[in-house]
Amino acid sequence: MNWLIAVLQTMLFVALAPLLAGWVKYCKCRLQNRKAPSLLQPYRDLIKLTHKQPVVSNQASWLFIKAPYIIFSATVLAATVVPLIAVDLPTSASADVIVMVGFFAFARFFLALAGLDVGTAFGGMGSSREMTISSLAEPAMLMAIFTLTMAASTTNLSFAITYLLNEGLVLRPSFVFALAALVLVAVAETGRVPVDNPATHLELTMIHEAMILEYSGRHLALIELASQLKLMLYGVLIANIFFPWGIAEAFSIRALGYGLLAIVGKLAVLAIFLSMMETLFAKMRLFRVQEYLSFAYLLGLLGLLSHIILEAAR
Amino acid sequence: MVLVAAYCAVLLSFASGLLGLMMKQRRYVLEFSQYWRKKFPISNEHYRSVIAGNLEEEQYPGFLRKAVFVLLGLSGVFAILAGLGVLISKAIITDQLSLGLPWLPWHVRFDCLSGFFFLIVGIGTSAVSLYGPGYVNSYDENQHPFAILSFFTGLFVTGMLLVLLADDAFFFMIAWELMSVASYFLVAFQHENSANRRAAFIYLLMAEVGALAIILGFGVLAGFSDGFTFDALREAKLSTTWASIAFMWALLGFGMKAGIVPVHVWLPEAHPVAPSHISALMSGVMLKVALYGLIRFCFDLLGDVHWQWGVVLLILGAVSALGGILYAMMQTNLKRLLAYSSVENIGIIFMVLGLAMIFMANGHPQLAALGFLAALFHAFNHALFKNLLFLGAGIIHHQTHQLNIDAMGGLIKRMPKTSVLFLIGCMSISSLPLFNGFVSEWLAFQTALQVDVLDNGVLRSLIPVAAASLALTAALAAACFVKVFGLIFLGQSRSHHCDKAHEVQDKGMLAGPSLLAGLCFLFGIFPGPVISLINSVAGQLLDETLPNDSALGWLWLAPVSTSQASYAPSLVLVGALIAGCICFWYLRRDPATALRISETWDCGFGGLTPRMQYTSSAFTMPFRRIFAKAWIIDEQIVKDMRGAMNQDVAAVHYQLQIQDHSWPRLYEPIERAVYNMAKRVGRIQTGNIRVYLGYSFVTLIIMLWVIS
Repeated sequence: MNWLIAVLQTMLFVALAPLLAGWVKYCKCRLQNRKAPSLLQPYRDLIKLTHKQPVVSNQASWLFIKAPYIIFSATVLAATVVPLIAVDLPTSASADVIVMVGFFAFARFFLALAGLDVGTAFGGMGSSREMTISSLAEPAMLMAIFTLTMAASTTNLSFAITYLLNEGLVLRPSFVFALAALVLVAVAETGRVPVDNPATHLELTMIHEAMILEYSGRHLALIELASQLKLMLYGVLIANIFFPWGIAEAFSIRALGYGLLAIVGKLAVLAIFLSMMETLFAKMRLFRVQEYLSFAYLLGLLGLLSHIILEAAR
Repeated sequence: MVLVAAYCAVLLSFASGLLGLMMKQRRYVLEFSQYWRKKFPISNEHYRSVIAGNLEEEQYPGFLRKAVFVLLGLSGVFAILAGLGVLISKAIITDQLSLGLPWLPWHVRFDCLSGFFFLIVGIGTSAVSLYGPGYVNSYDENQHPFAILSFFTGLFVTGMLLVLLADDAFFFMIAWELMSVASYFLVAFQHENSANRRAAFIYLLMAEVGALAIILGFGVLAGFSDGFTFDALREAKLSTTWASIAFMWALLGFGMKAGIVPVHVWLPEAHPVAPSHISALMSGVMLKVALYGLIRFCFDLLGDVHWQWGVVLLILGAVSALGGILYAMMQTNLKRLLAYSSVENIGIIFMVLGLAMIFMANGHPQLAALGFLAALFHAFNHALFKNLLFLGAGIIHHQTHQLNIDAMGGLIKRMPKTSVLFLIGCMSISSLPLFNGFVSEWLAFQTALQVDVLDNGVLRSLIPVAAASLALTAALAAACFVKVFGLIFLGQSRSHHCDKAHEVQDKGMLAGPSLLAGLCFLFGIFPGPVISLINSVAGQLLDETLPNDSALGWLWLAPVSTSQASYAPSLVLVGALIAGCICFWYLRRDPATALRISETWDCGFGGLTPRMQYTSSAFTMPFRRIFAKAWIIDEQIVKDMRGAMNQDVAAVHYQLQIQDHSWPRLYEPIERAVYNMAKRVGRIQTGNIRVYLGYSFVTLIIMLWVIS
């Protein structure tokens, strides 16, 4: 039963990810006084891509062709770890939150290698920038998450969220820091304004798009779905760690239904914030990103320290 | 029985060294074999012809090479067997060898800690001996005689094994010096290049200074005890101050060998110039022997550790880890890069060991056991993947005749098997899930997250900072090895040599790395066996083991308790395979969407050349800007101007020099001081015979005065 729910939840993750991307785009368009595409447009794009014949560069090796599958599977596995509508999942026990960060690293490793594989300047540029940003963002994320795991004294996300639910509403300074750090990291890692612009193909600014420039057809579909999944993953992490209320603690239809409604609501609100941020801010210069991410790192560390010094009373 | 296997390993490695000396002595071998045959005639015609054939003039060198490496490999296998034997039986075996000085026999002790490091040495040696015969073939016999290489390789392995067996300070130092000096000759093997001579000299100098520090460390201990055996040293009652002094000497001595910042400078010099299988042994195995020395000294001989030592280790480790990986990232010489990456990994091990000490001293032996486990597991993993990467670098050097990663590219198509092996090494060292490097890093994070139990406010805030630097190190390592793999194997080839490279033909040269890559993957999926082995080490050394780590079954890894953290790599692997297979199958079912091969997109301008690709310095440029203070960067852009008004740029030259801070900050002042002192001392040497006679006279008088 538990395993079944875990699998269903993962499938739900994959199924909902394009919808979230569509919703972000919708909000952004409305905020910018443009006419928005349908919410279902990301699904249509993905289906269209899977029916196209992929074109592969003659310089590409097997790694380029296999990488999208690896990237997608690693991201899906990261999704199995994160409780979406219910806690107490067996998959959360088989891989904890450090493993989840590891899976992001895994996907990124192959994405960066795929960028280097065809031997163009764009690919190398994207890989170099992506690895730079992620090598600052990953530790910041770990710091933010360690604040949570130390408060709950477990790295198992399910148990941690259950712990927070049982604690009730307690205002912790460490969590404020951690939330801020995680939001900053999420923006950087999912390639959003002000760090990267998902809508641009200008060589001076692009990061994520530069790496996947050579991909087409089903390969592109997989990578697009993986990055939508990643956006959703960060959204769910922020929503369920810092605002865990509503998540199902028992596996009844009623509780699961509430859980689903709660997470959809939370994600919808988060997406509105994200699109407001994307509308209000301009993209940073690449070398300002380090300051931004060092700030996130510092916030994460402050969160951890304030937890240890202020909260974990001995 | 176990001890016999250990002795066999030592003797076989020594025999392999001696056998190598037979390279030039074919005549004697021939005579000996004829004499032997007269005495014991072999009836089987087949064997006779095989033996006779192998002793032919042309066959003999190849045969001897194989025989030497077979002996070395057997020594490795025996070392593995001995190590496993003692770890499983959890025994402590002691023995005395009546060698050495007459009143001071060599004491031998073989316990779990030695056994675990025997395992590391054994695996490293076995992989190297599979790889060796193919690799040394490329050396010209007249210029680089095999006899020297194999003799010192044998002695080197013997020395390492003896260090692990030693149970008194004298024997330990003899074995330690055997290991250091033998490896000096290996570093100096291709001594026709001045860089190699310089590297070898630096190595010897630092090894000897380090040995001196270790002797002083033992000396402090021996001053409080009545002998030089480790048993006597264990009994020594030291005040905190003296114990700390002994610890500092040991840290300096063993740290110099292990390569922590700032005494790491011999690694990036010595590793690139030694033959690749030797750098694999030095980096993968010898650094671990130094680690063994430190663990033996601190946890076993000194006994009760102080948390301040743990803090020292933690800080040194963090500096080494971050410094090592930042320097590694900037290198363009592959083996130099790997050497710096060893500094990083040793730093991580020191950090976790420091955590173990802190927990131990604060009365949490179970958490200390967890840290100890993470440290030893990382040492084991580092031995596997660093060996693998150095052997891979050796293959690349063998096939392309260069080590500059800026001149490579596209090797994945020309060397498919090597590329897969190297990829596994890169993924392990970047600590990606499903590989062994991740498991030890995971354990390290779990250790750091237990900081809640400590009372001391300084420690409580220091350890999270250490965890943060560990996270940063891991992320930078991933970036560094993306660069390594991406520039060497992917893209288009950047040089002529790379164009002509092809897969290595020798099966052994692939078998050695394959063994290591297989183990990297195996222990990434099933870390349980290694963890239970290390648990018995922790049980013997710290009197504390982790709680039953198989509460959920042996597939699971739950070091503290299942409710705190658990990781089941095999389930994760199954999940990844299912997810991958589903999307693979779903997307590829339509034959109309088969792949179409086409030109790379070149923005419509045409003519993509290999020079347009990112190079190492381009890839790491953002890092250079972000962490600019970490290096001494000398960047020069020179433009050749020509044309009317001298305004057209004809050519641009870019030069980048990156230097280690430790040279100008630490070593050059020392060098200057030594030089100045030497000059002062030189004043008394006038070159005048009468003055020297005067010195002798004065000395004599002083001596007579002292005696009377």
